[in-house]
Amino acid sequence: MVPTCWYVGLSAGLFVIGALGVLVRRNPLVIFMSIEIMLNAANLAFVAFGQQHGSMDGQALVFFVLCVAAAEVAVGLAIIVAIFRLRRRLSVDELSLMRG
Amino acid sequence: MTPAVVTFWILAVLAVGSAVGLVLRRNPIHGALFLVVHLATLGAFFLQMRAEFLAAAQVIVYAGAIAVLFVFAIMVLIPGKEETGPDPLRAQRWLAVPVGGLLLVVLAVMLRSGLFRGAPAPGTVPGGVAAIGRQLFTDYLYPFEVTSVLLLAALVGVIALTKRRTA
Repeated sequence: MVPTCWYVGLSAGLFVIGALGVLVRRNPLVIFMSIEIMLNAANLAFVAFGQQHGSMDGQALVFFVLCVAAAEVAVGLAIIVAIFRLRRRLSVDELSLMRG
Repeated sequence: MTPAVVTFWILAVLAVGSAVGLVLRRNPIHGALFLVVHLATLGAFFLQMRAEFLAAAQVIVYAGAIAVLFVFAIMVLIPGKEETGPDPLRAQRWLAVPVGGLLLVVLAVMLRSGLFRGAPAPGTVPGGVAAIGRQLFTDYLYPFEVTSVLLLAALVGVIALTKRRTA
């Protein structure tokens, strides 16, 4: 049986990779994919902890994370498409319209 | 080295490798393909932890629907030539690496603290559809219903956002 802390360690590593992707990349689509990696890292930790404590709560939470991620991706991609129609370019550094 | 441990390491290498590939490759299409591999690997992890329903949902929702959505958006936007010009925030990009390292150190210290030691519970949790369905429709009924409202709101929002103005 694989110990729980291995799963949690892997989850932490994947989360850091996703966070680095958000910080480093300029393409909003790739940033979104990195956010998906972070969400999945959290899911992995949820299921691992649920397994350790012998409860189903972790899996139920992962189900809700799945739903929220689906909604988030749909709305986010719609916003990106709308911005692209307006600007014809796609770089997060240029989207400083709301900066004070 | 039991079979479970061997499987864990194979899947871990796949998951980390595909995540790193997503972050490093310039072409977003390659990134999307790496994302599919990553999400499927996570589904295999769920299967290994006896969460069969989640493994199926992961493959259908994430590796299926969400990945298709990403590929579709990439095709619509064709941003293949992005990230080629001079980087206006180059110094901040380099700052990201030590910040990420710091995050990793913080997480590692937290893991070393011994909070998360311990083997899985002897009687493994049933991860089948029946068990998780009972959970969702008893303890988590209210969040479950709220989720339907969330999905409906997302649906309406996406249609409103992407509709071409006719006036």
